[in-house]
Amino acid sequence: MKLRIQISRKPGVLDPEGRAVHHALEGLGFSGIQDVRIGRMVELQVADDISDAAIEDMCRKLLANTVIENYRVEKVA
Amino acid sequence: MPFSAAVVTFPGSNCDRDMAVALESVTGRAPLRLWHGDAELPGGLDLIALPGGFSYGDYLRSGAMAARSPILKGVASAANAGVPVLGVCNGFQVLTESGLLPGALMRNKNMHFICRDMPLRVENAASRFTTGYAAGQEITIPVAHHDGNFFADDETLDRLEGDGRVAFRYLDNSNGSRRDIAGILSPAGNVLGMMPHPERAVDAAHGGTDGRILFESILNALAPA
Repeated sequence: MKLRIQISRKPGVLDPEGRAVHHALEGLGFSGIQDVRIGRMVELQVADDISDAAIEDMCRKLLANTVIENYRVEKVA
Repeated sequence: MPFSAAVVTFPGSNCDRDMAVALESVTGRAPLRLWHGDAELPGGLDLIALPGGFSYGDYLRSGAMAARSPILKGVASAANAGVPVLGVCNGFQVLTESGLLPGALMRNKNMHFICRDMPLRVENAASRFTTGYAAGQEITIPVAHHDGNFFADDETLDRLEGDGRVAFRYLDNSNGSRRDIAGILSPAGNVLGMMPHPERAVDAAHGGTDGRILFESILNALAPA
């Protein structure tokens, strides 16, 4: 089974990379952009019988830093 | 008893030698050099130093991989048993990632790598790392980092300030750290994490010796004069 884990900064946590990209997009002439937030995606290939608790554990212990980041797990196939 | 310090090297550490030289210069004894894969620490350590650098290439997040390396279990038990631990720059990032210190260090607000002398104010001159300074003293210590933007929620920040756990603040906050925080202490005061590099200011040839006082404070805390 494939897991896709989306990691994003929590709302309210400054995202300097997003801000720089926002600025660069405007520099290229794109208008109407209200906000840019940059995150990270981790894809894992795992055994089909993996428990949800183990997935949560992996996210909390390593993949995301829950002080500043949220994560969302998607079971792809 | 001679002072027994250890410097941990992770793959990608690059200030470990500077840290060892600074410790030897102040304590008169070369520190032990430990490797990230070492599962056990020697007993009887008076200080464990986590140096600056780019451990594991900053993969995932700065300090994230090092915080899960075998040696950190030993560092965490030593810290919980009261052994002084000093984390500088990447070492500070490792301490927050491992949960030994609160908060997180994010990309600098202006996205620049900042490498220059930084004026700081000593906020807590009573910790075992800072007794050689006067409270409120202004000192200069170099910084060199890309991810030094300290973040914690308001409640954590209030607690850090209320408990006197802010060790140093930037006088010129260029990385965006909340409440200008440059260095913080653990609740028991035996763990200090800081972005500025005291080991780069221990010899007049470095351009300043304000960092030397920090190492002297650690030494004096162990064996009061």
